Amino acid sequence: MIAQTTLVRVEQIMGMPISVHLAGTEPFDDVTTTAALDAFFDQLRWVDATFSTSRADSVLSGLGRGEVLLAECHPAVSEVIELCFEAQGRTFGAFDAEVAQPDGATRFDPSGLVKGWGVERASAQLQRLEHASWCVNAGGDVVAGSNADEPKRWRIGIEDPTDTNRMLAVVELTDGAVATSGRAHRGSHIIDPLTGRPADSVLSATVIGPTLMWTDVYATALAVRGSNGLAWIDSLPEHDALVMDSDEVLHSTLLHSTLLRTTLLTPSLLAP
Amino acid sequence: MRRITTGLLLTVSALVLLFSYHTSTEGTSTVASAAGAASIVAGSQTAPSVPESSRVAAAPPGPPDPRSIPSTTRTTAPTNLQIDGAVEETRRGPVQVRVTFQGARILEVNAIVLPTGSQRDAAINDYAVPILQDESVAAQSANIDMVSGATLTSEGYRASLQSAIDLARGKR
Repeated sequence: MIAQTTLVRVEQIMGMPISVHLAGTEPFDDVTTTAALDAFFDQLRWVDATFSTSRADSVLSGLGRGEVLLAECHPAVSEVIELCFEAQGRTFGAFDAEVAQPDGATRFDPSGLVKGWGVERASAQLQRLEHASWCVNAGGDVVAGSNADEPKRWRIGIEDPTDTNRMLAVVELTDGAVATSGRAHRGSHIIDPLTGRPADSVLSATVIGPTLMWTDVYATALAVRGSNGLAWIDSLPEHDALVMDSDEVLHSTLLHSTLLRTTLLTPSLLAP
Repeated sequence: MRRITTGLLLTVSALVLLFSYHTSTEGTSTVASAAGAASIVAGSQTAPSVPESSRVAAAPPGPPDPRSIPSTTRTTAPTNLQIDGAVEETRRGPVQVRVTFQGARILEVNAIVLPTGSQRDAAINDYAVPILQDESVAAQSANIDMVSGATLTSEGYRASLQSAIDLARGKR
């Protein structure tokens, strides 16, 4: 067993904690590592300065007020707008960056996509580190990768929304993403764009997949659609999901189709 | 192709949940229904197979008691008890898991049959191994690197499990 060295750095950006863990066999005290971590967090601060909907000085706010033209913006702004429309299509409207306002107008809010997009993009800085495995947790959404000969298998706990110190399951992965959407920490913040009402049929929806951005978008959409959306996730290559509905019943992309389902039919887990 | 693995994960999750809940609830019926699809292995010896679910269904709640195992499968000092699930035909191929108990605690859950068909599949199966946990997972959180959950706020971070993990890992 080769001794593992780890490095942890946490910064608060976009109103959430972002934890980076590095693992490898060499100490992470070199200039290259420090520069990569600095670049990672700098990129996320740039994403916040560009796309924040809560900061009046963000590029997006300027666009909304008509003070900035899209053509004057960094190409990433157009990229994000296009991705938001693609996400709307891929989720059949369950993800929608155009948020209806009480007065009938719509406001463009790409936050639900920008986090995953930004973290994934910034993670390229970590992927450049030789002999290192990396894992990022951005406020509950996790992405991992490695450039090491023997990649570390990160253990990602999926939080129990009824008791956030407990886990529903643990996923081990060397690269890929786990994203969860739910109400546990911020209340009922997911609005069903199709009805305009809070989506409250699930306590949490977790999606596992290869990329953070789409995994996160799909988790948001799944939280809106509820356990009925599992068949949709099941139809997506390389993605799977775990949902706890508002009755604290667990559903997954496999349980409904396997014999194991019957073994889960306990009063505490499944509704009558 | 990765979905094969994550699919497996969820299959195993179901099994883990199965085993975790019967220890915390009345759950005897859960054990019985699981046992119907399981064969039991004690120590390193493989049981011939246990066709009658009643044999295990008679076991008290919790992992099957070694005493309920046919004597032919008992080793001199069986410290760990292993239960093999039935081979499950999933859309991704056959899956079978083995759960190892130490006393009432689940030591590990291993996939002993996985969908394979190519080296790539094998590599992917290695990429994400499903782990199921028992009810003491909270206590095992030291073994978790990251927590995926509902969006955590900056304010909520200090009291979160993730911050405790960050602190513990950072000190190493």
